[in-house]
Amino acid sequence: MKLQINTSNVVVALVAAGLLLLPLYSQLTGNIFILTLFTRIIIFALAAASLNLIMGYGGMMSFGHAAYLGIGGYAVGILAFEGIGSGFIQWPVALVASALYALVIGALSLRTRGVYFIMITLAFAQMAYYIASGMSRYGGDDGLTIYKRSNFGGLIDLSNRVQFYYLCLGCLFGGIYLIWRIINSRFGLVVQGIRSNEQRMQAIGYHANRYRLVCFVISGTICGLAGALLANNTDFISPAGMYWTRSGELMVMVVFGGMGSLFGPVIGTIFFLLLEELLSQFTEYWALIMGPLLLLIVLFARGGIMGLLGRFNRG
Amino acid sequence: MADPLLRVENLVRRFGGILATDNLSLDVIPGELHAIIGPNGAGKTTLISQLTGQLTPNSGTIVFGGRDVTGLPSYERSRLGLARSFQITSLLPNFTAADNVALAAQAHDGHSFRFWGNARKEKPLRDAAQAALTRVGLGARADVPVSELSHGEQRELELAVALATKPQLLLLDEPMAGLGVTESARMVALLKELRKEVTIVLVEHDMEAVFALADRITVLVYGRVIASGDPDAIRHNDEVKRAYLGDQHVVVAHG
Amino acid sequence: MVLVEQSLNGFQFGLLLFLLAAGLTLVFGIMDFVNLAHGSLYMMGAYFAATFTAWTGSFILGVLLALGATLLLGIVLEFVALRHLYGRDHLDQVLATFGLILFFNDAVRLIWGPAGLALPLPAWLTVPVQIIPGVYYPAYRLSIIIVALAVAALLYVVVMRTKIGMLIRAGASNREMIGALGINIKLLFTLVFGLGAALAGLAGLMQAPILTVQIGMGENILILAFVIIVIGGIGSIRGAFLAAIFVGMIDTLGRAFLPDLLRMVLSSAAASTAAPALSSMLIYLLMAIVLVVRPEGLFPAAKR
Repeated sequence: MKLQINTSNVVVALVAAGLLLLPLYSQLTGNIFILTLFTRIIIFALAAASLNLIMGYGGMMSFGHAAYLGIGGYAVGILAFEGIGSGFIQWPVALVASALYALVIGALSLRTRGVYFIMITLAFAQMAYYIASGMSRYGGDDGLTIYKRSNFGGLIDLSNRVQFYYLCLGCLFGGIYLIWRIINSRFGLVVQGIRSNEQRMQAIGYHANRYRLVCFVISGTICGLAGALLANNTDFISPAGMYWTRSGELMVMVVFGGMGSLFGPVIGTIFFLLLEELLSQFTEYWALIMGPLLLLIVLFARGGIMGLLGRFNRG
Repeated sequence: MADPLLRVENLVRRFGGILATDNLSLDVIPGELHAIIGPNGAGKTTLISQLTGQLTPNSGTIVFGGRDVTGLPSYERSRLGLARSFQITSLLPNFTAADNVALAAQAHDGHSFRFWGNARKEKPLRDAAQAALTRVGLGARADVPVSELSHGEQRELELAVALATKPQLLLLDEPMAGLGVTESARMVALLKELRKEVTIVLVEHDMEAVFALADRITVLVYGRVIASGDPDAIRHNDEVKRAYLGDQHVVVAHG
Repeated sequence: MVLVEQSLNGFQFGLLLFLLAAGLTLVFGIMDFVNLAHGSLYMMGAYFAATFTAWTGSFILGVLLALGATLLLGIVLEFVALRHLYGRDHLDQVLATFGLILFFNDAVRLIWGPAGLALPLPAWLTVPVQIIPGVYYPAYRLSIIIVALAVAALLYVVVMRTKIGMLIRAGASNREMIGALGINIKLLFTLVFGLGAALAGLAGLMQAPILTVQIGMGENILILAFVIIVIGGIGSIRGAFLAAIFVGMIDTLGRAFLPDLLRMVLSSAAASTAAPALSSMLIYLLMAIVLVVRPEGLFPAAKR
């Protein structure tokens, strides 16, 4: 691969380096808050990256991605509640459950296109939300406290802030590397081709929906991993975490960063969550600013931050 | 006469109350270039779309290579060796010319559930793409994104994409549409080459090209076959003359 | 007798859902615009009604003022922001109107505070009415049914029998056509959007005395409205009506009777846990089944 030096690559490299060195900064300044904040950001960036795989590359506008955060999280929470604390069991269960859910939802939703698809993924995620609310054994609406984080033997200690941070960062970089391989593979080109012109792809011999569905499942599985991480991060899981506004926020993160750009979701997530943090320090009513800002970005800055950086190069 | 490669029998397709394909039957013999002509609205593109599976007929059968394909979706027909070009250019605009063709070659090289290797570095696919591009005269434009190709080049790329699926039968829907005089001449020369290797069904408005290329011509009017035969027979067919009377400038003056 | 009452409740809820879904499906059908903020208009209708009723001391006056205010809000919203989104990606529309939801929720929190409001009914609407011998039904719920049916009928007449309705239907099935007819599309769009907003506001303010008026009240019901549109077929008023009644019935009857039904096969504790989740799921199951059988919905509007 040719590595070009341009603004967006420089920004990406700086951000990656900053994320790698953040614990050092936190250690030196004693600022623990920033480490906690960025652990959360990194987990959401992984979720956003998984959404970007289907939205940006696959052209599937899923409005139900928060469901996977919930499913991954509940897999960890429920197993912990039932006395199974090993991460070697919890995490694979989280991934498999997310994949199965994606398989069923995807097979149904992909019968439709466009707005129907947006509405249906939204509705199914809402169904998952109601199921979670109905599980009274696991806290129902009030949610479930996770008293012990996933146990990986002596391998890694998730209760150690720095170790957990690097685990999340590893998952993020691993996830992005995986997505990078996928989008350049035979499979990835087919999926992007289908986004670009489905009729043409069918005419040259591709069963479009089969490829779409597999892409949908991969995306859901990666997001399920983010869910497992998130549950460990908050030591708590509740239906509120899979409410539909969370799905909307994930979409916003992807679009802020730039759809269909590999690192865009990371930049978008950092921007969105930092902005939220910043605004909520000024005012309790931060959404009064965030809402209209979102409208303005949609109206005037399509392509997101990575798009703007790209324009910077050409201009 | 050899067994037909494509046999269409009693095909009917309605849109609301309109009969777009009216009890249409048609044979295409291996090796021939079979042209389908007719005035605007004769149902030519509707026919092509039913042949390739984008549209389902209301009744009738389509047999390709001895197999009934009437109910098969387009991707499966493509796998059997049926390729089409689109009247309105239908390519992947944000991909390069080579990507477009390589994806067509890839579709016919096993399944594409391969997630790891870089597909753009697979030499056999790239070579096949380059070969097909060279065939249509786009060898030097392989790495240009489709959106930056000229209209004429995009028409040629349509052909290259169809060729890369190694078709037995090529359905070309107005490959000359929107081309200038020199571009048209190049396309005719290209089709003259291609017809030596592959059976072609050609839908075209450019009568000069049709009569220069076709072995047989079928004339459609309002979804019905009104005449079928070699170019000479069609030229002198009274019913065809009548059908084209209102459209005469097309026959006489085009080109 | 409980069955009659619950069926009426289901019918009444279905009618409210229809008012919401009708606006949504009209706006989508004619302008190809996905408006998530439709639920916010529903919420605003309820807040306006609660506020104006408290100010004027009259329920009827408050409701009428609220209806006007929601209509005005809808028109302003369309004029200031949404009309710039016509013709854009559906994703853009979803995100922009998602931003509006965030805005409205916090604006309401700022103005009215985080606690909900109550919209008390006047005494004459709280009496039970005998509908058939031995069966009493709350006057207010009955009046909701009457008002909603009247509005539905009016909507039907407007859409099916008037010139504007013809334009709306033409627009839903063939957008180029209304342009070709030389109609002022911008005005028509603003009008339709205002109408949709008023319908949403009406649904919200009628629901307000039954439930509390609170932030986020429009969101759950918005998703139900989406489900209804998907089941009914986008752009189809008739489909929206039937699907809305269906969904309203299933939701209400499921909540009312499923616990008892489940208790016959499950232990009491397990039943009371499973029933709410199951009755919420019923609707989505219904949607899944419709999707499998008819991906375009039960009554797809004419093909584009």
